[in-house]
Amino acid sequence: MAQSASAVAARRETNATRRPEYGRRPRFRLSTLMSIIGTTPMIVTAIGVFVICIIYSGVLSFTDSRMLPSYNFVGLAQYERLWNTSRWLISVNNIWLFGLLSVGLSMVFGFLLAVFMDQKIRHESLLRSIFLYPFAMSLVVTGLAWRWMLDPGLGIQSAVQGWGFENFRFAPLVNANTAIYGLIVGSIWNSVGVTMAIMLAGLRGIDGEIWKAARVDGIPAWRTYIFIVLPMMKGAVFTAFVLQCVGMVRVYDIVIAMTQGGPGIATQMPAVFVIEHITDRLNVGLGMAAAMMMLVPVVFLLSLLAFVQWRGRVAKEKAL
Amino acid sequence: MTQTIVQPEATAPLDRVLSGPRGPRKQQITMARIGIYGFLIIAALFFLTPLWVMLVTSLKTLPEIREGGNLFYWPREITFEPWVQAWSSACTGRDCRGLQPGFINSVKITAVATVVSILIAAINGYALSFWRYRYANLVFGILVFGAFVPYQVVIYPLVVAMREMGIFGTFPSIVIVHTIFGMPILTLLYRNFFSSLPPELFKAGRVDGAGFWQIFFRIMVPMAVPITVVAVILQLTGIWNDFLFGTIFAGRAHMPMTVQLNNIVQTTTGIREYNVHMAATMLTAAVPLAVYFISGKWFVRGIAAGAVKG
Repeated sequence: MAQSASAVAARRETNATRRPEYGRRPRFRLSTLMSIIGTTPMIVTAIGVFVICIIYSGVLSFTDSRMLPSYNFVGLAQYERLWNTSRWLISVNNIWLFGLLSVGLSMVFGFLLAVFMDQKIRHESLLRSIFLYPFAMSLVVTGLAWRWMLDPGLGIQSAVQGWGFENFRFAPLVNANTAIYGLIVGSIWNSVGVTMAIMLAGLRGIDGEIWKAARVDGIPAWRTYIFIVLPMMKGAVFTAFVLQCVGMVRVYDIVIAMTQGGPGIATQMPAVFVIEHITDRLNVGLGMAAAMMMLVPVVFLLSLLAFVQWRGRVAKEKAL
Repeated sequence: MTQTIVQPEATAPLDRVLSGPRGPRKQQITMARIGIYGFLIIAALFFLTPLWVMLVTSLKTLPEIREGGNLFYWPREITFEPWVQAWSSACTGRDCRGLQPGFINSVKITAVATVVSILIAAINGYALSFWRYRYANLVFGILVFGAFVPYQVVIYPLVVAMREMGIFGTFPSIVIVHTIFGMPILTLLYRNFFSSLPPELFKAGRVDGAGFWQIFFRIMVPMAVPITVVAVILQLTGIWNDFLFGTIFAGRAHMPMTVQLNNIVQTTTGIREYNVHMAATMLTAAVPLAVYFISGKWFVRGIAAGAVKG
């Protein structure tokens, strides 16, 4: 007993190296009780929502639940059915295409804008406000605004045709093959500003001496940016990247506002698939199987991150 | 895991956005300069166009739109009728009360959920910084993991749980949902803030015999004003802009503005009143835009805080 108490104390000490005094006492204290009471919502949320709810979703994905939860287990039948459903296969293809293109383009344009903003230009703060304001708007607003602009009869297409360019075609949303690109335009419009702001912060965080050194060596500015500055601001790049990826979760809003998954099922996404199956389509079992599949890449990426960090820590300890 | 996911230094440089350019030295007016301004102006036009189109469309009469006038042109005759209609008489199915009820619902939901979620997160962050009990860090780790979980994974179990408790589709249910999903990032925000305070503050309170709540309300809350401003901005815009939770948890009686906007625009009966739709869209965007323009550089910090999520 005494041994385990000292082990706990030792672990605490490594946990809170800055303040080893607090919480070291193993005996019961009123303030500890207060701390637990005060954080009850956190405990309930962490355990109740992010553990039990996820397990419950997992359990339901092995049942034949329709409208209400049932506990008639059917093994992997829902998963088999899921991967034979064209609606789901299209959803998976779409989220990859949408994710790669909108995150990729947002990163590229965000970086370009940040670099151009960093050229001692005039009216920088005005431009920054202009680039960033769409992020304050909801994706529903974004989607509805762009849907109106991409309207084939009354939107950009007809306006440009009215200027004399009769053959101008720009109405991606009405065509099943191009509708996804319409979504990407809306999504990028909403998110590039944030990427720009984070990248610009990264650029400003870099030591100004780098520029002098690069100039002395006669390296052109664009090469300095790509080969010297970009690797130096990888923290900002990573932050922007993760922010964009987490934002992919919200794709539901923009799909509903712009295409509602159409034309046909051309712009279905996993996020929409799950919600439709637990609401209108009344097939909770299949919906939960799809939800579990959504969790797979998240868990994979987080484990990868944890692994990389663990390796980094081990390497550091070896170096010491 | 949380130690490196949270990058406090990632938030700090954002303040430097405002401290002026550091790029290559200024050149003379050259082709390159013209190219830079050209690119920036085209980009600015891309970002401004939707706002402009929404504005001019909302001021046009329906006949002017439908006879194929140019999308970008200023209206021939300005009418404010669409704005009035969007606010008070636009129809969702047979319910013709405009966006007004949605606005009131959104104000209620946003106000209550912002206060509740921030208060809870502040207590969490405080307890995690100064009163770490056994397994507290494990609980916190799970919570941070929750920041990455797609909402779709946990929504259905939450619906079932709330139905069992008899609160599904009520006002408390939507507030609880916003509190739950705001908690990971807000707790992270407050924990990082409180951990960065000098520990002497806390010790002084302990020496004077203050307990858990006294130290929190007398010492920590007054100290936490700057981080609370960031949290408020984050929650105000986030909750106001929410659509998914509103459709599922709010129920008909508390339908937020974004959901009502979508219903009004997607209603397919009768003639599509594009001008009313655009006025409604702008009305819905007005609150977060006002927050954005009033808060200025704090908004950038709020986003940085959002980035801490990563």
